[in-house]
Amino acid sequence: MSIDRETARKVAHLARIGVAEEALDDLARELSAVLGFVEQLMEVDVEGVEPMVSVTPMTLKKRRDEVTDGGYPDRILANAPMAREGFFVVPKVVE
Amino acid sequence: MLDLTFTEPAPRVIHGLEGDWEMVIGMEVHAQVSSKAKLFSGASTEFGAEPNSNVSFVDAAMPGMLPVINEFCVEQAVRTGLGLNARINLFSAFDRKNYFYPDLPQGYQISQLYHPIVGEGEVIVWMGEGTARRVRIERIHLEQDAGKSIHDMDPEYSFVDLNRTGVALMEIVSRPDIRSPEEAAAYVGKLRQIMRYLGTCDGNMQNGNLRADVNVSVCRPGDYEKYRETGDFSHLGTRCEIKNMNSMRFIQQAIEYEARRQIAILEDGGEVVQETRLYDPNKGETRSMRSKEEAHDYRYFPCPDLLPLELEAAWVEEIRASLPELPDAKKARFVRDYGITEYDAGVLTAEREAADFFEEVARGRDGKMAANWVINELFGRLNKEGRTIGESPVSAAQLGAILDLIRKGDISGKIAKDLFEIVWTEGGDPVRIVEERGMKQVTDSAAIEKVVDEIMAANPAQLEKAKANPKVAGWFVGQVMKATQGKANPQVVNEIVRRKLAG
Repeated sequence: MSIDRETARKVAHLARIGVAEEALDDLARELSAVLGFVEQLMEVDVEGVEPMVSVTPMTLKKRRDEVTDGGYPDRILANAPMAREGFFVVPKVVE
Repeated sequence: MLDLTFTEPAPRVIHGLEGDWEMVIGMEVHAQVSSKAKLFSGASTEFGAEPNSNVSFVDAAMPGMLPVINEFCVEQAVRTGLGLNARINLFSAFDRKNYFYPDLPQGYQISQLYHPIVGEGEVIVWMGEGTARRVRIERIHLEQDAGKSIHDMDPEYSFVDLNRTGVALMEIVSRPDIRSPEEAAAYVGKLRQIMRYLGTCDGNMQNGNLRADVNVSVCRPGDYEKYRETGDFSHLGTRCEIKNMNSMRFIQQAIEYEARRQIAILEDGGEVVQETRLYDPNKGETRSMRSKEEAHDYRYFPCPDLLPLELEAAWVEEIRASLPELPDAKKARFVRDYGITEYDAGVLTAEREAADFFEEVARGRDGKMAANWVINELFGRLNKEGRTIGESPVSAAQLGAILDLIRKGDISGKIAKDLFEIVWTEGGDPVRIVEERGMKQVTDSAAIEKVVDEIMAANPAQLEKAKANPKVAGWFVGQVMKATQGKANPQVVNEIVRRKLAG
């Protein structure tokens, strides 16, 4: 499967990454190369092999239901390009 | 266990210009888990906190932060599944649902698309005595909530609060088995009731802790049955999804509007376009959320930050053993053990606390009488003052004592209502109040006879009338009750008056 120029544009838009018009062809080529590699992997016969989810025999780590974090809105907002009255401020998004 | 039997109601039919139409409804209910901390972080879930104060670096999606699952949330999803008679999947896994929105700092929601924690179950939705809809549950999965955007604080900007970001939600997905707006609201109500019994979700719709996406389509009579027989969705119409409603009334209004909108399109020779819509309660209509359409390409993939969630069968069984008696079982038991109507049993079991209260009152007493007093006097009064059962000034022990006084003949039903009022406003032991305020019913025939004699002597004309026409006897009974401030035992008064008139 190869990615064409239009698909590259769409994927970039879904991720809200600005890509210049002249860079789209190169991007499409790079993405296609990645997919090509994955397609090559898919040629391996894995019939009956259980998917491996971790290289070490670990189980999902769990946490108790206790409030141990939060309470620092200033630090949360520290990198925000714009913040007012404790809120992040972003360009208007209305349905 | 004795189960209540039922038949399924007829679907709602809308008479179009070109014949009849039926509606087909499926729902996705989002229920917030009643946890203290979030699904994958240690930040608080408390409602109404200062903006962005219940946010950890995990919730804000700072680089390098990793999610760690809250085991309590997992337990609540399992409890909810068991409460809905559903299959628990001992193996489930988390996936990323990718979309871009300012209140979703990760750029994806951690959800469970491919391997949900709970599989198929079912809910019985009562629509009246002996009438109920069996709604099949397709699945329940755990996922993160998003933050909140506020659009009315500035004309040019939206304000974002991430306090809700990462709070645990259970998404309960039904099959398209709901057939009317009323059933849809009753279905949400039933889920809410069960989850409140289980303690897994507080069901507070106003705070958005329980909200629903509703899928609506319309079809011709007979088509739905074909779908049920074959499982083939092509027998059904194209559906539209109405997003994010947190009011039973709006859910019903939105479905009604949406079904009629689709019928109008179809009868006009048009086609319903599958899309996401939003209900506007001010205008009473649904409208297309075009902005969401292109974002529908969610590009799901397994979340690389989380290992699969594997549960021990023994742990699930432990949870099953700890489940409380659920509403339907309780209702059936109340009908059987207390001899009350299905309707009354339904009212009494609406909330677990109310059912417990009733049982305490009814223990060792007459069930029907206890039900009457709890429903008519207590619930009536609580509703009037907007109080919950937990805030009742009259305890179950106090109400029980009032019923004992009635049963022993110490007070009449009418005096009992006055006594209830005193206990409600002043508190205290009903037995002592009756003693101290001389409210005890007079059953002493000699004392009553004396009053009867006095009244008859004072009203010779009435006496003659009553002797000729026994129907007038009631007048004397009323006078005696009045003279004794309602304390005379009405049966004894009746008896004496009748005897005197005859003699």
